[in-house]
Amino acid sequence: MLPPNFEHWDAILKGLKESLEIAVLASFFGILIALPVGLLAARNLMPAWVSWSARALIAAARAFHPVIVAILFVKAIGFGAIAGIMALVVASVGFIGKLFAEAVEEISLKQLEGVRATGASFAGVIAFGVLPQVLPRFIGFSTYQFDSNVRNSTMVGVVGAGGIGAPLFVAFQRFEYDVVCAIILAIIAVVFLAEVISARVQRIFGA
Amino acid sequence: MPSAPGSAAARAWNRFTPAERLARFAVYLAVVAAVVVSAATVEFIPEFVYDAPEQMRDLLVRMWPVDFAHYPRGVHAALVETLHIASLGTLLAVALAVPVGLLAARNVTPVPALNYLAKLVLVSSRSVNSLVWALLFIAVFGPGALAGTLAIAFRSIGFVGKLFAEACEEAHPGTIEALAAVGAPWASILTHGYWPQVKPAFWAIVLLRWDINVRESAVLGLVGAGGIGVALNTAINLFQWNRVAVVLLAIFAVVIAAEILVTQLRKRLI
Amino acid sequence: MAQAALAIRNLSKAYAPGQFVLRDLSLEVAPRGVTAIIGPSGSGKSTLIRCINRLVEPTAGAILFEGRDLTRLKGAELRRARARIGMVFQEYNLVERLTVMENVLTGRLAYVSPLKAWLRRFPPEDIERAFRLLDEVGLSGYERQRADSLSGGQRQRVGIARAIMQQPRLLLADEPTSSLDPKTSVEIMTLLRDLAAGHAIPVLVNMHDVELARRFADRIVGLAGGAIVFDGPPHALSDARLAGIYGGESWLH
Ligand SMILES: Nc1ncnc2c1ncn2[C@@H]1O[C@H](COP(=O)(O)OP(=O)(O)OP(=O)(O)O)[C@@H](O)[C@H]1O
Ligand SMILES: [Mg+2]
Repeated sequence: MLPPNFEHWDAILKGLKESLEIAVLASFFGILIALPVGLLAARNLMPAWVSWSARALIAAARAFHPVIVAILFVKAIGFGAIAGIMALVVASVGFIGKLFAEAVEEISLKQLEGVRATGASFAGVIAFGVLPQVLPRFIGFSTYQFDSNVRNSTMVGVVGAGGIGAPLFVAFQRFEYDVVCAIILAIIAVVFLAEVISARVQRIFGA
Repeated sequence: MPSAPGSAAARAWNRFTPAERLARFAVYLAVVAAVVVSAATVEFIPEFVYDAPEQMRDLLVRMWPVDFAHYPRGVHAALVETLHIASLGTLLAVALAVPVGLLAARNVTPVPALNYLAKLVLVSSRSVNSLVWALLFIAVFGPGALAGTLAIAFRSIGFVGKLFAEACEEAHPGTIEALAAVGAPWASILTHGYWPQVKPAFWAIVLLRWDINVRESAVLGLVGAGGIGVALNTAINLFQWNRVAVVLLAIFAVVIAAEILVTQLRKRLI
Repeated sequence: MAQAALAIRNLSKAYAPGQFVLRDLSLEVAPRGVTAIIGPSGSGKSTLIRCINRLVEPTAGAILFEGRDLTRLKGAELRRARARIGMVFQEYNLVERLTVMENVLTGRLAYVSPLKAWLRRFPPEDIERAFRLLDEVGLSGYERQRADSLSGGQRQRVGIARAIMQQPRLLLADEPTSSLDPKTSVEIMTLLRDLAAGHAIPVLVNMHDVELARRFADRIVGLAGGAIVFDGPPHALSDARLAGIYGGESWLH
């Protein structure tokens, strides 16, 4: 296994790049979808039928490991990064949606009432009463999910959904363990980098 | 900080200081740039995506009717094995993570060099996905549940150890200083000073990780590390979609059951 | 009182069917001055105040304000009416993570589009007025502090500034000083009275502290069991009348 074989570093770099692209796009769209879904799922703000529908959606999104979801997408839309992106979008909506809904359900209703009493519209109450209370936590969940998506984006390739996972799996099946080692080291470096970036972003947004 | 009372002239107000605005703007810009670059270069075959809803429906149709008869023959044993992998893996992880976590906690182990070493161990454990750990252990021990259990354990050490170390670092120093002041030995400071304070967090972390591991152990079989993933993989490779459906349903049921169990236990324990 | 700022007619409220907290209560509030509502705990003071801006739904009766019956308003109309009624809370009800300035600007949310509010793009005259109000409540220079970093008295000053920022035609206050020490309570009541007088806003305020009510109110309304049992100027509030409001007299001595 040692020393790691970086001979194919251009292939490794290409795979890593695709993994990162998958993670970035999946996080972006996942967070974008999770924000309204999480709000809709909060039982203290929404009528019961709305929150239960949103909760059902979140539960469905969380039920399966992203790699299993990736298999289904690969079967449905073919090999490639799009299947990986879609699988991780589902995972992101499930994770952030759930935690965000819980955070919204824990907000102080007194603060909300103070805003509502000024005659603010529903959107105004959300913007000034709800979001300030939950945004730091939302940013925390989102950056955590980005980390998580980076990790998983390196894996969906094992089932054909793009990224570094495919060359990794192939190297394994060919018993090229020095290449495997090189790829794993590269993955660790990228994951570590993603964590550092996430921590920095959290600090900027006061989370 | 309060400044002198403002003058009558129009005063400007911004939510953020210029430096804060700049930092935020940089983040927004970076996000937009990352998304645009990714979207531009990621391989995108439109026909596949337009086709997706149709294909999804087709997939679901092929899964019907669910082959429940297959459950006792090919799924049940694998499901039980999955639970074993998750539980044993979690146990093993906790046994290894507690000492490493103690070493990583700066207040428990006031030796920076050891802290960093322990943190490095925890980060490496977390950075390697459980599927990769599984591949590694398959290379060593061959395919099967042993590789799966070790994969779950090694992936979980980082998670449990990190959260456990953070819980220790949040422990209130008062009681610990009191114990140290009367010359209590190291071991009893741990058991009487730290443990009562971190106990709720500890159980919460263990339960949370077990819940996650139930989900994770279901995919290990895809690379041959035992459990229900093997059944899933076989059914998919043979295009037996009615069997795929029953496997997915079984996973779904177990995941929901685990979540309910964890919620109940957490209420009891914490 | 032909042009009362607020006229409550036969207001009743029952949280549970048949259990009335307010019974057929009628009250008019003059366009000027401080009206204090006193009464024992559970007599329905908070319920009365909160029925007016519909934080609580009245069961029956009418509440006339600026020519409309508040009990019949819905949706946008209700919000428009709320915007004309300021409210000060016992526990301040500020948004803790927002700055003082943002909390004061909350008073303009009814007049700013949600997007502009989210981007904090308030009209310059609103910001200028918020600065002047902060000067008036004695919080000059605090605009960047977060609400959760303030003391109780400072928070209530922000609460008052937020309410006045609405340019309301009525100011409601539900025990605005009950979470404060005696000295700060007097300061806050002084501020509330003077600021409301300066902006020509009538005040309807719930109070626990009878002495404070006597000192700051132009008119005192005694509530017991959900009905008005006293209504008059402070000097008419004798010990006998107090005993009538609160029941018994041993506590008076
Ligand atoms: N949301 C509610 N649901 C049910 N009952 C309520 C509710 N709010 C108040 N009540 C009941 O209504 C009655 C009057 O309450 P209210 O808060 O109006 O009294 P109060 O005069 O403000 O008392 P205090 O001086 O203690 O603040 C009490 O018996 C209370 O239990
Ligand atoms: Mg009250």
